[in-house]
Amino acid sequence: MIRFEAASKSYQVNGTLVPALQPVDLAIQQGEVFGIIGHSGAGKSTLLRMINLLERPTAGKVLVDGRDVTHAEGAELRRLRAGIGMIFQHFNLLSSRTVADNVAFPLRLQGGSAEADIAARVAELLALVGLEAHANKYPAQLSGGQKQRVGIARALASKPSILLCDEATSALDPQTTASVLELLADINRRLGLTIVLITHEMDVIRRVCDRVAVLDAGHVVELGTVADVFLHPQHPTTRRFVAEADHREGRGPEYAGVPGKLFRLSFRGDTTYSPLLSRVVRDTGVEYNLLSGRVDRIKDEPYGQLTLAMHGDRLDDALAQLRTAGVDIEEVTR
Amino acid sequence: MSPLQTLFPNIDWAEILQACFDTLLMLAGSLLFTLAIGLPLGVWLFLTARGQLHAKPKLYGVLSLVVNVLRSIPFIILMILLIPVTKAVTGVSIGIRGAIVPLVVGAAPFFARLVETALREVDRGVIEASQAMGATTKQIVMRVLLPEARPGLVAATTVTAVALVGYTAMGGIVGAGGLGALAYQYGYNGYKPDYMLVTVALLVVLVQVLQMLGDWLVARYSRK
Repeated sequence: MIRFEAASKSYQVNGTLVPALQPVDLAIQQGEVFGIIGHSGAGKSTLLRMINLLERPTAGKVLVDGRDVTHAEGAELRRLRAGIGMIFQHFNLLSSRTVADNVAFPLRLQGGSAEADIAARVAELLALVGLEAHANKYPAQLSGGQKQRVGIARALASKPSILLCDEATSALDPQTTASVLELLADINRRLGLTIVLITHEMDVIRRVCDRVAVLDAGHVVELGTVADVFLHPQHPTTRRFVAEADHREGRGPEYAGVPGKLFRLSFRGDTTYSPLLSRVVRDTGVEYNLLSGRVDRIKDEPYGQLTLAMHGDRLDDALAQLRTAGVDIEEVTR
Repeated sequence: MSPLQTLFPNIDWAEILQACFDTLLMLAGSLLFTLAIGLPLGVWLFLTARGQLHAKPKLYGVLSLVVNVLRSIPFIILMILLIPVTKAVTGVSIGIRGAIVPLVVGAAPFFARLVETALREVDRGVIEASQAMGATTKQIVMRVLLPEARPGLVAATTVTAVALVGYTAMGGIVGAGGLGALAYQYGYNGYKPDYMLVTVALLVVLVQVLQMLGDWLVARYSRK
């Protein structure tokens, strides 16, 4: 478990103190995939790096597995870091070493392992990330997705309990992003390790995270389960991120001429695939216009979100029936 | 008369051979000490610079100043200034052994600066990743910085070796021996153009060979 207790960070820039992160209180649970989303400069990179103390908080505390690590130094700091894997946007592999040597690198740094054990562990890790055939290649001979897989194998080498992902898919194309995210989700399930990732893409959060914190100008402005935050964003920044993920930035006024009232219906879980809407419409005789919508998955849970214009004499009845069936309804103001 | 004697009537080939040997000896000796002193000095410069792993701006300022002072003194002046030091270290003030001291003092700061530049080319992200894995500074230097910068370090060594060839030739003027001495004594002062031609040609060959060797090694170690 990772806890931030009023942890903040400011930098000295030309004699003046510039705040990068306002005091943050946050608890990340053992075994969850926790996402931090924000624009560049929002402080997400600082927050992530406080966990392994690549950035030290200016004030407040950081606790890892119940231990206050804020002031860890020397051997204690190195031990902490050995228990936390990290992957990076630009992979940060050693260009002078082969794939196998890159993966073995943290084990050799920590010492105490026989070469035969290291070789066995490397083979096991390369199999896990699907790169058995590339053990003797150099990073420059690999594609971006393969490099990130090497990064993941390296990060897992010393069996950490936490994996930090610093924009790990931001330099990859959509298809490769999907496969790397799948690998991360798989690792989380199989090894039960806690994953903390930062990103500026809501889609990354939606696909792998359990919970999310939204960071804006150094403040945590929203925190919750991904489904709650994604389906019912409160803060303007969160709304913008969700709108970007739905590819519907800056729309709305075109509904002006549509008759009836506008509602946003959110379904989750099994409700998503049952013919609820048609049943209610038949029953109550209301009419509807489908204005926009999306049916997809949040991690493993199906969801649907539809924006409808509805009118009819028994509108209230229809809404009540939908609510009873577990649909979340918000009226959209035009 | 053999064709060689016709072309180069003044030349004593045994002397040329001895001079070649002396030049190579001075080069090898001074290069060895230059690397041994310049490499750690370059690493130290790199680590203490602002924003680096062990940033100590004041120490860096002092180191940097010393390096710059040594680099700005013309080599020929440096040789003369260093005569007392040379005597104290080697017991002689001149000759091959004596030349090595000023050669190293002249070349080590130059090499250190090149090392610092080569280390700065190493991707900061790779250093950060090593820190995140719990590497100590010593491990970062030995296992990350130096291996990652190897092509740059080999190139720096090549440039330094070539510069040292030039320095050894200058050393010849004040009695260090070697090809430079022959060129100066017989070729320049003794009006024997064939001596000048042969010694200069040999120096060109030496520089060319060093450069080719260096380039080959850089290509071999480049993984980018």
